[in-house]
Amino acid sequence: MSSPVQSDKGRKTGRRVTPVRTGGGLSLRLDLRAVTVGVVLLVLALAASVALIGSGDYPMTPAEVLRTLTGGGDAGQQFIVQELRLPRVLVGLLVGAAFGIAGAVFQTVSRNPLGSPDVLGFGQGASVGALVVIVYFHGGTFAVAAGSVVGGVITGLAIFLLAWKRGIHGYRFVLVGIGAAAMLYAMVLYLLTKANIVEATRATTWMTGSLSGRDWSQVWPLAAVCAVLIPLALCYGRPLRMLEMGDDAAYALGVRVDRVRVVVLLAAVVLVASATAAAGPIAFVALTAPQLARRLTRSPGPNLLPAAVMGALLLVAADWSAQRLFGADQMPVGVLTGVLGGGYLIWLLVTERRAGRI
Amino acid sequence: MSRLTAENLTLAYDQRVIAENLSVAVPDRSFTVIVGPNACGKSTLLRALSRMLKPTAGRVLLDGSVISSLPAKKVARTLGLLPQSSIAPDGITVADLVARGRYPHQGVLRQWSGEDERIVREAMESTGVGQLAERYVDELSGGQRQRVWIAMALAQQTPLLLLDEPTTYLDIQHQIDVLDLCAELHEEQGRTLVAVLHDLNHAARYASHLIAMKDGRVIAEGAPSDIVTAELVEDVFGLSCQIIDDPETGTPLVIPAARKPRAGTGAAAGARTEAATARS
Repeated sequence: MSSPVQSDKGRKTGRRVTPVRTGGGLSLRLDLRAVTVGVVLLVLALAASVALIGSGDYPMTPAEVLRTLTGGGDAGQQFIVQELRLPRVLVGLLVGAAFGIAGAVFQTVSRNPLGSPDVLGFGQGASVGALVVIVYFHGGTFAVAAGSVVGGVITGLAIFLLAWKRGIHGYRFVLVGIGAAAMLYAMVLYLLTKANIVEATRATTWMTGSLSGRDWSQVWPLAAVCAVLIPLALCYGRPLRMLEMGDDAAYALGVRVDRVRVVVLLAAVVLVASATAAAGPIAFVALTAPQLARRLTRSPGPNLLPAAVMGALLLVAADWSAQRLFGADQMPVGVLTGVLGGGYLIWLLVTERRAGRI
Repeated sequence: MSRLTAENLTLAYDQRVIAENLSVAVPDRSFTVIVGPNACGKSTLLRALSRMLKPTAGRVLLDGSVISSLPAKKVARTLGLLPQSSIAPDGITVADLVARGRYPHQGVLRQWSGEDERIVREAMESTGVGQLAERYVDELSGGQRQRVWIAMALAQQTPLLLLDEPTTYLDIQHQIDVLDLCAELHEEQGRTLVAVLHDLNHAARYASHLIAMKDGRVIAEGAPSDIVTAELVEDVFGLSCQIIDDPETGTPLVIPAARKPRAGTGAAAGARTEAATARS
């Protein structure tokens, strides 16, 4: 059965995995391709950030942007960069990273590329929370953000409870989530009918997802959440990778399956809710970033870090493209990610169908 | 001596009780095989022994400690399990999958030592998948894939290895191949193996210790040549049969009785019965 003749057929992977070992007992496996992809994506994300800072009604060259960021430039440039555009870009990077890593966690736990927060009704849940605040309490920006966090977290817990039957199973999780999304969307529509025209406009803008007008008050809370939860999720990356092989196999290897799942999912839910609070439910970044990262690294496993960097790149690049194509702040970034991500979703459904997975 | 024992287990899924007051001891360095008809609780017992299923009452002891009270990774360094169905992650190579068996021996800092590398290579060599190391798991045949999963369990380097129906869905030549591999691991590496098998003849040929179960109870246990009798098979499986010596190995071989002709099934059946009578 393992004849040498047969072993010469088929695709060779050509992956280079380099062991790294130090005298102090530290040992790692470095997948060169994954590391390279991560670094390239990071450089691209930073380049897109510089481009995004430089674009707008007062355009700046990348050199000017870099000089201003490092403390140079005149007072006007300082104001534009530090107060107006840098926070926007930082929110974009953080929101993208949070969506990317949360999407990777959800897709790994549900063992399904469709099991990502934007398909499962988290965006709708956060929208319901935000709309309740807008329509019934006429709350300010901070109150709307808080409402969306509450809506997102409640949605997450409700989906867990409904999908929980001796642990979480992929299909159940996806199906319950899709049902929840439909019901929550009905609630969004109901809330919109209750709103006056001003509130309805504000609600719709919020639901589209946008980075325009973000300031430091959105950066700090999100940065704090990311600073805690992204490293936490990364720590669970190795046991999460074992979960891919099925609960029994992971359990046999000494992974505390249920604990790992609960911790990473809670972290992912809070990341999604916080990111949504900062920028609205920007569609499809959580769905696409992990898949694209995985295809680029060609490495099995959740690819958490590449997914985070890919998410950041996608969101900032989409925002920059929206500004280039439609003019400064004419087009919320959520419209662009919605169109591109929707196309990707169709492609994904077709290929999954062909592979016999749905 | 037994490192792995179960004492007075009550096993149940939700409210459905599968077994009550079930006790077994796995003899050290044995190749123990559990047999029994469908739904007799053999896989459930294996799940309890491997701590996948928490018993409603009773306890499973590993080296004298209640298994559920031990740290998960510590158990995973002593007791391995080959589950009935595992999912090979998309786009994973044989070497990468086998390497995952080292997980219980690794930590955040110690992720891939020279020892890990050597053990993974040995596990692949001893299961005959060394040449497939760089291939993708999803393009292998069923038999090759099962060998890879066994290699992963071997890389875990546990003195005890539990296998849940390792031959299911395999062609006959691959079934024998996997069982030969198990026998090799048992004899040459001195590991204690516990397997649930469907085929009584495979069980009788390969087991050093056989446990026959029915309705959640152990009906008989011991060396196959001591306990496999026509009465036992009739009792456990409801199958009338003859037991002969396996011409290859001398172990008991179960020959199911020929179909009894029903009254008036025609001349052909009658002729066959006549011929059989004449022969005996």
